[in-house]
Amino acid sequence: MSEIDDHSVGLVEPQCAEFNEALELASGRRLEQYQLMYECYGELNGDASNAILICHALSGNHHAAGFHSYEESKPGWWDAYIGPGKPIDTSKFFVVSLNNIGGCDGSTGPNSINPETQKPWGPDFPRLRVRDWVNSQARLADLLGIQCWAAIIGGSLGGMQAMRWSLEYPERVKNCIVIASAMKLSAQNIAFNETARQAICSDPEFAEGHYQQQDIIPRAGLSVARMIGHITYLSGDGMGEKFGRQLRSGTFEQGQDEPVEFQIQSYLRYQGEKFSTSFDANSYILMTQALDYFDLAREYDHDPVKAFCHAQCKFLVVSFTSDWRFAPARSREIADALMAAGKSVSYAEIESDAGHDAFLLPNQRYETVFSNYLKGIAQQLEVSNNAQ
Amino acid sequence: MRSDLDIISTWIKPGQKVLDLACGDGALLERLQEQGVNGYGLEIGPEQISRCIARGVNVVEQNLDQGLGNFADNSFDTVVMTQALQTMRFPHLVLQEMLRVGQECIVTFPNFGHWRARWHLAFSGRMPVSDLLPYQWYDTPNIHFCTFKDFEVLCQELSIEIISRRVTTQGSGRMIKQALPNFFGITAMYHLRKR
Repeated sequence: MSEIDDHSVGLVEPQCAEFNEALELASGRRLEQYQLMYECYGELNGDASNAILICHALSGNHHAAGFHSYEESKPGWWDAYIGPGKPIDTSKFFVVSLNNIGGCDGSTGPNSINPETQKPWGPDFPRLRVRDWVNSQARLADLLGIQCWAAIIGGSLGGMQAMRWSLEYPERVKNCIVIASAMKLSAQNIAFNETARQAICSDPEFAEGHYQQQDIIPRAGLSVARMIGHITYLSGDGMGEKFGRQLRSGTFEQGQDEPVEFQIQSYLRYQGEKFSTSFDANSYILMTQALDYFDLAREYDHDPVKAFCHAQCKFLVVSFTSDWRFAPARSREIADALMAAGKSVSYAEIESDAGHDAFLLPNQRYETVFSNYLKGIAQQLEVSNNAQ
Repeated sequence: MRSDLDIISTWIKPGQKVLDLACGDGALLERLQEQGVNGYGLEIGPEQISRCIARGVNVVEQNLDQGLGNFADNSFDTVVMTQALQTMRFPHLVLQEMLRVGQECIVTFPNFGHWRARWHLAFSGRMPVSDLLPYQWYDTPNIHFCTFKDFEVLCQELSIEIISRRVTTQGSGRMIKQALPNFFGITAMYHLRKR
């Protein structure tokens, strides 16, 4: 049973929104109907001006904060930052978190039934781009009566969604918080994603993506994919400090031929195995492809300054020193482009040895920067509400 | 409010775009924002950055010793640096960068030629330690001290035009102190542009 303290949003219940109007996708295909799983924390104010949208990263979902039951062992994935008195303060803001289409936690995705064939979509699910998620999120905003978000916040792939929002729906977002993200992936990043995808595809149990119909799961492939990902989400120093060369079993004593297992081996295997039973392989492929395809300025003559000229909101950009997957340099490029475009922006580079994962973990300075910025938004809301 | 900020505020016109180097807690930018000036502060201190964000001032974490290469030529009306030139590794390069990025620039720094500093060095034979400069020589962020005269010689060498110059002084006898700035000035304030 979990401890639920005063700073937790407590017990939460996921909701499901059905959309029957077709969603035109960037690929030219369309999704005739789809559903989105989402959760809400806090209360929407009278003029619906205090809403915050949380965009999840690669393997995230709608369960960002609180607990689904007293039996749940861990809270939502961003519980450290969402709750009463936390940086994303649910006593002031109405927070919406959803599972994106293409995901595997209840929103329409490769493991859903294709209404045309009455079989799981599997590998035939339309390939998605970040803008498709943004468009589907805008429909959810319409449904919830939110004309303009007080803030859209995302880390990593979530940050890409937040930035895309600022360009696609400039009048519908007041603040955009982009954490440990990038305007496009580097070749090295795409290489890691491709290796992960190949690990999945080369598993015989993947069955070219039709594993669901055969009632099998490419467990080994997905597990290796996650292990690769996991290594890149940590920093070398952080990993060294946590695991070093500690042994889990075996010995190097002379005359001993017992097999040796390092702690890091068993840790990675555990992470891989856990992930392989909780995540869908086709979703993983689809999500990593969306990451690879994202290029903020592609249709703005590859000029990020020109792209950001379309934005009307204020920006907060945050990076972490030891993050080599989404290095601080990538975030500085965002801040530089925003300054050159004359947009309101603040940028902080947070000292951390937790690598890319730092955006999910408690960190004093990160919390201060984050909450100071959001307090400013809350104050402005109060001022404008008092003025009315 | 620091009096040097008062003077700087009068040198910057409403509607201008400003870059404040080593902007500290954002006090100047906040004040400039109130008079319709847009800008960004660059800062490296984590606590200062948090304070800027709390004030609603745009602040970007950047190490000035690594230059301003991320800013285009003449992308700002005015580039400001208050009380930080003496902490830079290469003050002359910073000055040149400021005038590349901005049409004009404003610099303030503590005057090492102030009579108290001279007195301290002359009679105690040791590096001055005062309220304004409270550090010991071996543990100070202020690594490049200069006097008014030194600074003006540098401006000459770098072909920098001095638009105006002010000093802050202490106590009475303001007239005579303004007339002998290198002796009585505590803080030097320069408004500069390319010649």
